[in-house]
Amino acid sequence: MAALAFAAAPPAIAADTPNPAADAKAFQKYFTGKFPKLKLEDFVNGPYSLNEDMHKQWEEKEQFPPYEFSLDMGKEMFGKPFKNGKSYADCFPNQGIGIRQNYPTFDEKEGKVVTLELALNRCREANGEPPFSYVKDEMAALTAYMAFTSRGKPFDIKIPNDPRALAAYQNGKRYFYTRRGQLNFSCASCHVQNPGERIRAEILAPALGILNAMPIYRSEWGGMGTVSRRFTTCNIQTRGVPLEPQADEYRDLEYYLSYVSNGLPISGPGARP
Amino acid sequence: MRKNMRISTLSLVSVLLIATATSVMAAGSEADFKTAYAAAEAANEEAGALRDQWTVTATALAAAKKAADAGNFDQAVAQSKGAEALAKASIFQATSEKEAWKTIEIR
Repeated sequence: MAALAFAAAPPAIAADTPNPAADAKAFQKYFTGKFPKLKLEDFVNGPYSLNEDMHKQWEEKEQFPPYEFSLDMGKEMFGKPFKNGKSYADCFPNQGIGIRQNYPTFDEKEGKVVTLELALNRCREANGEPPFSYVKDEMAALTAYMAFTSRGKPFDIKIPNDPRALAAYQNGKRYFYTRRGQLNFSCASCHVQNPGERIRAEILAPALGILNAMPIYRSEWGGMGTVSRRFTTCNIQTRGVPLEPQADEYRDLEYYLSYVSNGLPISGPGARP
Repeated sequence: MRKNMRISTLSLVSVLLIATATSVMAAGSEADFKTAYAAAEAANEEAGALRDQWTVTATALAAAKKAADAGNFDQAVAQSKGAEALAKASIFQATSEKEAWKTIEIR
């Protein structure tokens, strides 16, 4: 009887003090337990790892990947100097090569999360160039190239010992689990509670490793999409009004989701149905 | 089960609010529309401050404005009341989720 009473008790409310390392451990354990046949690194391939037929489709797609044009465009853009003679390479550590796995970072000077998309636009503006749209092809191309140079490198997101960094992480977690929109869905409703299930014709991807493949070519979109596009589209699909791209909430959400996927390899640019 | 009940409760609240809002309509005047529209806009702004506006609220507000522009104030008032009900449901959602999100956190 006591055991029954315990089993029926509502789950305890998590302590409000963030513990990112414990969160990441629990997060990865949840998904590896849910999909025991998958290796940890397979989660970065999203729905293609969950369904044998889709996996075959993916292998065939990778022969002539639909993101290749974007990748070529990104490489060319990345190497082309700005009007002032400087280039993207001057704005990033290691000339911007093989660093995707370190973004988002926490900028202790600003006290906020800085995503790769934001850092790229800040680089442009610092060099007298207009920023790109966060949801269109140019930004997708640049991040595709930078992701490609990091392929296979494990996410290595750092949370410094700074209360503002912990607060940003916690805010990202809150956003991830909070229901919104008329359909009353959170990110977790699909990507924690129902990965592998279908929503209409789509197979839902697990949240673990979901950003490792970004940016992605989506057949549904008929083109490339950035992390910003993914977040805003998700909000619209729940009939919620999306926030502006790179709003603090989205930056913090990316920080949280990337951190809990630490150790999983970058696989971007990717392709999804 | 608890999760499904919460979804059902929210859906029911939305439906009841909209039904109530649209069933008590008397013939509307331009002044009625302005009052109803202002109330809906205020509620939607409050939802915006909570970072939880719904697309359907914006659609209902636009439909109200369109009906008023066409001189159909009955329809404009009904759409405004519907928009206000939707905005209030989104405020309810944002407020209840301030703590509720923690119950589904992986830990």
